[in-house]
Order: sequence, then C-alpha cells, then structure tokens
Amino acid sequence: MTRLLQYVVGGLTTGSLYALVALGIALLYRSSRVLNFAHGDLATFATFIALTLLARALPFGVAVGASLATAAAMGAGFYFFVLRPAKEGTLLGRIVITLGLALLLSGVMQLVWGNETQRFPFPLSDVPVLQFSGVVVSQISLGTIVASVTLMALLYVLVQRTRVGLAMRAVAQNAAAAQALGIPARRIYALTWGLASALGGAAGVLLAPAVYLDPFMMLDPFLKGFAGAVLGGMDSLPGAVLGGFLLGVAETIFAGFVSFKFKTTLAFGIIILVLLVRPEGLLGREYHRRV
Amino acid sequence: MATDLLERYEDDLFLVKGGAGWSVLAVLLLALATFPFTLPRVGLSYLLFIIILMAANVTVAVGLNLLVGYTGLISLGHAGFVAIGAYASGLLMSRLGLPWPVAWVGAAAISAAFGFLVGLPALRLTGPYLTVATLGFGIAVYQVLTNWTELSGGRMGLPVAQLSLGVGGLSRDQQLYYVAVGTAVLLSWIGYNLARSHIGRAFVAIRDSDIAAEVTGVNLTWYKTLSFAISAAYAGIAGAMIAQALRHLEPQAFTFLESITYFAMIVIGGLGTISGAIIGAALLTMLPHYLSGFRQWLPIIYGGVIMLMMAIEPTGLYGRWLRIKRYFKVWPL
Repeated sequence: MTRLLQYVVGGLTTGSLYALVALGIALLYRSSRVLNFAHGDLATFATFIALTLLARALPFGVAVGASLATAAAMGAGFYFFVLRPAKEGTLLGRIVITLGLALLLSGVMQLVWGNETQRFPFPLSDVPVLQFSGVVVSQISLGTIVASVTLMALLYVLVQRTRVGLAMRAVAQNAAAAQALGIPARRIYALTWGLASALGGAAGVLLAPAVYLDPFMMLDPFLKGFAGAVLGGMDSLPGAVLGGFLLGVAETIFAGFVSFKFKTTLAFGIIILVLLVRPEGLLGREYHRRV
Repeated sequence: MATDLLERYEDDLFLVKGGAGWSVLAVLLLALATFPFTLPRVGLSYLLFIIILMAANVTVAVGLNLLVGYTGLISLGHAGFVAIGAYASGLLMSRLGLPWPVAWVGAAAISAAFGFLVGLPALRLTGPYLTVATLGFGIAVYQVLTNWTELSGGRMGLPVAQLSLGVGGLSRDQQLYYVAVGTAVLLSWIGYNLARSHIGRAFVAIRDSDIAAEVTGVNLTWYKTLSFAISAAYAGIAGAMIAQALRHLEPQAFTFLESITYFAMIVIGGLGTISGAIIGAALLTMLPHYLSGFRQWLPIIYGGVIMLMMAIEPTGLYGRWLRIKRYFKVWPL
C-alpha cells in the first residue's frame, strides 16, 4: 500500500508536467486545430535561455521569467510572421510548418549549446524530504506540483474570468463569427500561441532539474503530453489537465509494478485505446466534421 | 504551341509530351546508363555510391509522396519501413540463402505488410493523431532493432551478402549501380502511372476531403491501407538497396532524422507530384555530401527550408519550375 502511494506521488509529479505540456497543446489545438510539433523544442529552447541567464549569475526568478517571456514572444512571433502569412492554408501545410520550426530549433540548440547533457541549477533539491506515514515526498516534487497547479489555476482565471479569456473562447469556437463581432482574432491567436509556448517553457524549466538538459529533453514529455491531451479530450482544457495527471500516475504505476522498459509504449497504447473507444476523449465534446 | 492545349481526352493520357519531353527523358536515361563508364575514373566508386544512395532515396521519396502528397496521410516514421526492408533483405539472403531478386521482393512484401498494419489505425486516426502514431512507429522499429540482438546482430551489425548480376566485366559497384538505378527508374515510372490511374485519383480525392470521397464511392478502408502498403513497399525496396550499398547494417542508419530527411525531400521537391519527389530526393542526397563541412547546420537548413517552402511555395521546386515554364510559354501575356 505504501509502495502504491509512493508511486502515486511520483506519478503526480511527472503528471503535473505532462498536464502543463498537454495544456499548451490543447490550447492551440482547440483554437486552430493545429498540433504544434515545435511545442517541445520551444520549451527546451526556453530552458536553455534560462540556463544561460543563470550562468550569468542572474537571480532564479528573473532568469526564468525572462526565458518564459522569450518563449511567449517566439510563439507569438512564429504565428504572426510565419504561420499567418503562409500561402499554404491547409491543415496539413500548417502542421508541416510547425515541423520545420521544430527541426530548425533543435538544430540551433545543438549548434549553440551542444549535444552534451548539462546540469540545470534549481533552488529546490531532492534531498530534504517530507514523510507522511512512510510515503516520501521530496522538496522538488512538491515544488513542481505546486508550481504547475498554480500555473493551471492562473490559466483557468484568465480563460474563464477575464474579457481576454472570453475573446479566446469565442475565437476558439468560431473565428469568423468572433471577428465579425469585433474581436481581433489574429491578436488573440498570437496571444494563444504565446501563452501555450510559455506554459511549455515552464514545463521545461520544471523538468530540467529532474533529468539533465539536452536539446532533445522535451521530445518524450511532448509525446506524453500529447497522449494526455488525447486521453482528456483535445479541445477541453480541464480534460488536458486530467489526462496529463492520469497518464503520469498510470505510467509510474505501470513502470513500478509491470515493466519499466515498456512504459513509453503504454502512452501510445492509451492513445489507440482512447481513439477506439471514445475518440473525443474523457471530457471532450463529440465533434462532427462537415464536408 | 498547339501541344499546350488539350483538345482530346487522348492528349491527357501521354506521360511524356512533345519532342522536347522525349529528348530530355532520352538524354537523362542515356546519361544514367553510361555513367559508370563516362564519369572520371578518380573516385568513381564514391560517385557511384552517391548515385546508388540517390536511387534509394528517390524510391523512398516517390513512395512517401504517394502517401503524404497524394493521400494526405503524414508519415514521420518512414525510416522504420526502410529499416524493415533493409534487414528483411539482408536476413533473407544470409539466413535463408535466397537469391537477391527474391529477397528484394520479400523485403517489399514484408515492409508492405507492416505498412498495412500501420495503415489500420489510419482509418480512425486523422491529422495530428496519425502523425504522432507514425512517429512512434519509426522510433519503435529503431528500439526493437537495437534491443533484439539475434535479429540485428546488435552492436556488431549485420553483414549483407553482395548481389551479383552474373555479368562479366562489371565491378560490384557497377552491377549494384545498374540494379539500383534500374529499379528506381522502374518504380518511378510505376509511380507516375499509379498517380494518374483510378487509384491515384482516389488518393487525391481522400486527401482533398475523405468524407466527400466516401460519398462518391471511394472505399476509404481499402484505399487508405493500400496507400500505406504501397508506400511501405517502396521504402522496403529502397531499404534493400541501402543494405547493398552499405554492406553492413546498423540501426543507427535508420533514425528519426532519416524520417525527417525523407519528409524534407518531398516538401522541398513538391508535395503531390512524382517529379517533385525525384528532384527533392536527388537534391537532398547530393547536398550533404558536398556540404560535409556544415554537417551540424543541416537540421537548421532543412527546417528553415521546409518552413520557407510551405510559407511561400507550397508546390515545391517542381511547382516553381512549372510556373516559370508557363510564364515563358505564354510570354507576352
């Protein structure tokens, strides 16, 4: 029982990161139906920016804030200067463009920061631990969970309780109608891209101390975050969070009790199972396509 | 020119149009046929090696374009199919002692079977879901090959028996050259014909709108899996060529970067045209060999060019060439 609880705690920690990634993916997917393949690479890029700033002896908060701002600016800039003016208007074309960006960013990271793994300094460490009747919670995993839940709460307030959030929801539902009502749809799209990229960057900064930082650090969390978003429903933000946490817990329990080697396969198994049984995801609404 | 206007249905049936088209084709084929004798002697085997790789990449790109450009199903795991073809041909020749033509057909068949299996989820997965699933497939094949040592020879790699045409007077390189280039030309010709047959038209209909295609009587189950199987068979044969060219197989030759490179070939050459796939494959095979000093710049160049291509010229280099040609044909207009 204690072992199971221990796995659940570990799963919640990874799950909170998956949930952050899934949230960024779902945020973009539900507004523009584009899966952003560069999501993981943008996040890694932001983490490297933070690392560089920390090496210049800047305080942690400033460095992370600046790196998240960079990620947001890059996401918004990518939408404004590449995706929006692109001639190829089809979905396929836009997905291919994000693939190009992913390739470009990973190339730049390998060139600038090298392929070697690097240690990421973090104010919290995993040595001081809290004990709850045998279950060990390290400082860093507590910090990760608290930070991600805070970010999720902030996003919830922004989307559900502010005028900007209302505009975002309107654009996601029907961009043309929202535009007709005077909502600046393009700026809202750019804002969505910026927000999603910053969320990814936050996930990168939180993940970096647990694994070492290298240009491909976010590839696996990106795939898991995508699986989480599919599980919860690609066009539902609460669904993405739920899916991310569920996947994190399921994966850790699976790795602990069944097989560590095949825990990555589990994510793909879950994607296929969900799409077979309930294609719209746990919390997603049924979606009918028109010709 | 009278030949520009299609006046009868028969005009649309010709693959090669006019004297100019035929002469370009004839010069190209003649050049390919005589390269082993006309190219400079110095470093001949290296040049032949690059052309053999080019033939393999052309084969993959034509197959991939049938899937991505024509049917609109994105695959980011094609290196997996190439790897399956390479190892299948190598194992069929060394373990079972089959002659090479049988082994190549076997490689294509095994690869096509895997393509069919990957195509099954494609019936339910669309757009981004399918892309991630194929990406996972490519990574899974790589991981299986590195971990299943009895199959792949593990770290030591798998030596591949060399093919022989039984023709005297030709070196091994030259024999492989003729086999590889001949196969690539044959498969490209099949690709051209496939694209304008009822099968190709069904693929295009699925790409443009699968619901509308189904309504007009295109069997989605059959054509989507068929597209995957054909594409995988092309990749399998290309894998067999690569196995022969490398002589020694290691899983490292079939990583995610290869899948991306194949994808870059068809985007740069032109999505949805066979000629585009050939141009893109030829270009992206040559470039790394002449830019070997800039190896670490390659992902940046590929990524940047993919973005730029989709942003300003979605029809690729071949589309740009067609537009230039049309501009001069109708010139004072």
